[in-house]
Amino acid sequence: MAKITFEGRTVACRPDETVLDALLRNGVELPFSCKKATCLTCLVRVTEGTVPREAQAGLTETLQVQGYTLACQLRPTGSITIERAHTYDLFSPATVESIEPLAQRVVRLRLRTPTPLYYRAGQFVNLRRGDGLIRSYSLASVPRQDPLLELHVRRQDNGAMSSWLTGAAKPGDHVEFQGPNGSCFYVSGRPDQPLLLVGTGTGAAPLIGIARDALADGHTGPIAFYHGTRHPEGLYLREALEALALRHLNFRYIPCVSGPLALRATRAGRAHAVALNDHASLAGVRVFACGQPEMVHTVRRQAYLAGASLADIHGDPFDVRDLRATPRATAEETAGESNAAARRDAPPESAGPTRSFADPFSR
Amino acid sequence: MNASLYERIGGAPAVNAAVDLFYRKVLADKRVSAFFEDTDMDRQRAKQAAFLTMVFGGPKTYTGKDLRAAHAPLVKKGLNEAHFMAVAQLLQSTLEELGVANSIVKEVMGIAASTIDDVLNR
Repeated sequence: MAKITFEGRTVACRPDETVLDALLRNGVELPFSCKKATCLTCLVRVTEGTVPREAQAGLTETLQVQGYTLACQLRPTGSITIERAHTYDLFSPATVESIEPLAQRVVRLRLRTPTPLYYRAGQFVNLRRGDGLIRSYSLASVPRQDPLLELHVRRQDNGAMSSWLTGAAKPGDHVEFQGPNGSCFYVSGRPDQPLLLVGTGTGAAPLIGIARDALADGHTGPIAFYHGTRHPEGLYLREALEALALRHLNFRYIPCVSGPLALRATRAGRAHAVALNDHASLAGVRVFACGQPEMVHTVRRQAYLAGASLADIHGDPFDVRDLRATPRATAEETAGESNAAARRDAPPESAGPTRSFADPFSR
Repeated sequence: MNASLYERIGGAPAVNAAVDLFYRKVLADKRVSAFFEDTDMDRQRAKQAAFLTMVFGGPKTYTGKDLRAAHAPLVKKGLNEAHFMAVAQLLQSTLEELGVANSIVKEVMGIAASTIDDVLNR
């Protein structure tokens, strides 16, 4: 059985276990969130032993060569020694350039970075405030077109970061960010392929970036963007998107309102239902879905059943902390408490912009 | 000399075509779709590909032991012979839809049928 050495303690890793699960089972508190290689919360560094490549998927090359790996994906082939991630390897400084309201609860946050960030439109960054609070936000900006990083922040009830960003934060404030992360982005090639983009709430942020990126890349196939909100006032950046549709004949913007009051030229219903209803067949279509995890999962499944290839379906679920599959004995005792704690820190964010992201460096 | 079943059926490209159709069918079939409810569809698809490679007589990447382990949690959730037969039907209709010759379909279904004890952990 592989042995894991971590901060002077050695624990055994069962054959069917990840390093994260083995550590949690042994009462070692390693921060984690999604357990799906998405949030990168459980990043650790292997100092001795072999790192399987699949446990490094999604990490930048600079992190990979330093032995960084995701504990939630790491199934050791032999004994290993790991340590916590170092702050200085991960986070870079940024300055708040501007904060402007886009809707009642949504602001556009622009960040200036000392050096340009290399990223793909649609990826996300983890934003860290001075006190260590961290949340994930998708990038709405497009490299080479936008000199600043643009994030869309929806104010959550009791959301610590979102309340600050939509309230007291001001231009000139210093923050730090880690990223880019995520694999929900446009890649060149097949320029005539139809693209279907479906987003709820601030799930619009990465999709607007992806649409602009594709158009700038010379994409000629039809691009349909379905943006869904509960109330019409949530359809932020509507004018800009309508203007984009006027400039590009192959771009269509379809605002959808699921609540009772639909305004001019909006479609009634939830965005994914409207979008899937409009497309009986999705064979050959590239599909992007961002926002509520349930919606993203439904779109993946339905798009696949409607003929889209799995490799062509990209999703960015705005996940909350995943407490499933923690060791049973402790999970049952503490699940309620932990859930409540997670919620306090990150209230039901399914409709919002932030993923819950525990601070990997708080201890 | 006889080509292997895997070669006759068309190798990896054939497996890929079959997986797409097969996985769509099981997801759409209410009798068995609950057992395929994994939020990680890529992983699910990879599992289906490994399974089909095996029943097509392809490179041994999947063993009876793997089949047992993979299905043990499903058996706990109530996976039984009726579900096995339903999935077998879907596999057969997949192959027929792809125009696979009858004799080959029979061979594949024979291999699939031989996995029942491992799949149901009997």
